[in-house]
Amino acid sequence: MRTTDLRGWIPTAVAAVTAAAFVACGGGGDQAGQEGGEGQQAAQQQGPVVPPDSQAFVRGAVQFEGTAPEAESIDMSQEQFCAARYEAPEPRTQHVVVNDGMLQNVFVYVSSGLERSFPTPQEAETLDQQACRYRPHVMGVQAGQPLAIMNSDSVLHNINATPSANRGFNVSQPQAGMTTTRKFAVEEVMIPVACDVHGWMNAYIGVLPHPFYDVSGQDGSVAMDGLPPGEYVIEAWHERYGVMSDTVTLAAGDTASVSFTYSADMAGAEVPLGDPIYPHDHGEESHAAPADAEVGNR
Amino acid sequence: MRGTRRVARHRGAGRWNAGAHGNGPGWTSFLSLMPLLLIAGLALPSAADAQDVENGQRLYERWCAECHGAEGEGDGPAASRMLPRPRDFTEARYQIRTTASGNLPTTGDIMRAIEHGLPGTTMPGWPNLNRSQQRDLTAYLKSLSPFFERLGPPDSLSFESPPGGGEEALESGRQVYTKLECDRCHGSAGRGDGPSAPTLTDWRDQPVRAADLTQPWLFNGGSSVEEIHRRFLTGLDGTPMPTQADALNAGVVDSAQLWDLAYYVRSLAPERVPPPGRNVVRVERIADDEELPAGPGADAWDDVDRYWFPMAGQVLERPRQFEPMVDGVWVEGVHDGSEIALRVSWNDPSQSPDSAWMQWQRRVAGALYADGTPWPTDSLPDRLAVQFPTEIPEGRERPYFLMGSAQKPVYLWRWNSRDGIRESTATGLGTAGPLPESRLQGQATWSAGQWSVVFRRSLEGEGQRISLESGVAVPVAFYAWDGNNAETGKRAAVSSWYFVVLEVPTGNEVYVAPAAVVLLVAGFGVFMVRSARQGETGGGAGDDGSGA
Repeated sequence: MRTTDLRGWIPTAVAAVTAAAFVACGGGGDQAGQEGGEGQQAAQQQGPVVPPDSQAFVRGAVQFEGTAPEAESIDMSQEQFCAARYEAPEPRTQHVVVNDGMLQNVFVYVSSGLERSFPTPQEAETLDQQACRYRPHVMGVQAGQPLAIMNSDSVLHNINATPSANRGFNVSQPQAGMTTTRKFAVEEVMIPVACDVHGWMNAYIGVLPHPFYDVSGQDGSVAMDGLPPGEYVIEAWHERYGVMSDTVTLAAGDTASVSFTYSADMAGAEVPLGDPIYPHDHGEESHAAPADAEVGNR
Repeated sequence: MRGTRRVARHRGAGRWNAGAHGNGPGWTSFLSLMPLLLIAGLALPSAADAQDVENGQRLYERWCAECHGAEGEGDGPAASRMLPRPRDFTEARYQIRTTASGNLPTTGDIMRAIEHGLPGTTMPGWPNLNRSQQRDLTAYLKSLSPFFERLGPPDSLSFESPPGGGEEALESGRQVYTKLECDRCHGSAGRGDGPSAPTLTDWRDQPVRAADLTQPWLFNGGSSVEEIHRRFLTGLDGTPMPTQADALNAGVVDSAQLWDLAYYVRSLAPERVPPPGRNVVRVERIADDEELPAGPGADAWDDVDRYWFPMAGQVLERPRQFEPMVDGVWVEGVHDGSEIALRVSWNDPSQSPDSAWMQWQRRVAGALYADGTPWPTDSLPDRLAVQFPTEIPEGRERPYFLMGSAQKPVYLWRWNSRDGIRESTATGLGTAGPLPESRLQGQATWSAGQWSVVFRRSLEGEGQRISLESGVAVPVAFYAWDGNNAETGKRAAVSSWYFVVLEVPTGNEVYVAPAAVVLLVAGFGVFMVRSARQGETGGGAGDDGSGA
């Protein structure tokens, strides 16, 4: 793990903190609908974007050392519609996907250091069910942002989300083309999603109060753009190998790089899920929430 | 395989107001009220609530903690023997609600579960608690999760009145059942044997059965059409059962069709729900020109009276079976004066050993084999045993209901999905040994989640093979094992003793007598059962409440 420290850029940070404190105070508790955050937080909508000339960037790579366990083949014979959509080789599990030493499907995000709020996007992130698989397998969404779950298959899927800090849901989609939209109200890394009809289908969703997250692609790379200058803890989460973290200090215009190296030895590591966010419980081991985390708590 | 959840939560924090810790708005409004309260010097409404919560906590510790755990996390000392596991109140994930999927239950929802219990699970009703106590207990349960404070009271969904059903509704409901693919889990005949049933898990990754829709008395949210319909809209949170509300909103089905489905599901139960207290199987004498049915599918069974005997897990001897798959058996019998044919049918979603259910078997073993006995990792067959004494008992004394004893052995008709039918005797659980030269014949079939086995034997016995005589009440009991539910040996579903009575042969000249005889015989059986129950000790397996 390598940390790239760069020059600080204090004035902008101070301004950002002040602005954040201002809007955070304006955010009241929204007691509306219970279904994963119908109401929007005014503070999050109004949060100013980071001015282009003070933006910083993070580039990262997730590597894997050792021999990765072989992906198991998935027996889809009970669902011919889906089985027919795969040519040889047959579909395989996506729990551990390593290409040329790079680990895919790692959720990488800023876990602490962001002392301001960010606008909540109104455009939905999409989770698709295609050929009896979730696409993507790991994804992120902002708290309060719509999550559109689509069924592209002509078979029944149910979407069973079982968060801890948020309320879950379990929705039946018996028809192709159906889209269900839900929101998660508060930060939570990660929320498991599963289809009970097809026991092999699972996905994970990371919910954050800011847009600085990414999921490692086939080449293991991640990117987070437009961060305000500051010092950040960057955490990586993998469904089988657990969490790793790194820190970066960014000044305006900087591009820092982070790298995480998972190894075969980490198999069986504790994989935290659904860390409930209750301030009186925040110990050293839990994610340090940004100062305005309460705004999203409904 | 899912990851672990971090469970360190507001342990030790003042429970009744735990939510206020975590919540800006709640805490702020409390603070803003403080001056007023200080001036008024009055008791807060929340102070009264705190009182309720304290009362509720006392009740909880007395009645609930054994299963639900001291901290409400569903991990009490008894929890590891239960499937489904007791509710974890700190997560506020409640199955039976009147609210939308993922929403909190109303106070009324929780109180209803306390009052009536959840059939099909180990949760009994608590009518011993009065309304006020139930309210206090509910207040305490709500204090165990910060969600109630954070989200405020939920809204119940609005439910229409049932439109009335009828033949057309049933036919439409049958189509909706297919359209919504209910059969994926619940099976084509509704017996919980769909292709996805073996891999179903609940929110704790514990195996969970798709409801057997033909046994509505085990529906944990109630079995009326209204209650069934309600669950289509709410879903059963924490289980694989989703809400159909989104499908309704998307126009996949309309409101009337969802009602039709509710009527259809209710119609899957046997037309004649097993009447309680029928302890005697009346074995009819067929007419001289008829033949005894050879197999389970023979038409001759259609007109024969069915008897239902509930079963529960064998929990008196180790290793115990707390959550057997088989909830009871249907029994029918006919004889022709020289031979008896007994048909025993029971619901079992797997035709063990079925490789598709091996995953289920591993999960169940992992969940329930907590007593240190080795897990059965090999494939196990399904089994059934019909138990008789070796001779007609004099007086009321019968062999010990769990396979007898050295002094009073039992005689068994056994069936096994791998080896077929054989006769045995036993002198206690786990001692059954075959009798030479079996005189027992039979056939078995499995279809859509149900086994049916027909046993045939001559009425006349020999040695330890009991003779069955017309008009004489012969004790009978049943055992069932679902191999793919990791049931083997003493891990079985068992019944208590009942009776079989052969109808007396009807002379051509007598048409009135049979009815009278039957009444007398049945009365005699009931008398014997009652008398025997009064005198019986250790026969409580049927009442242990674990028959989930």
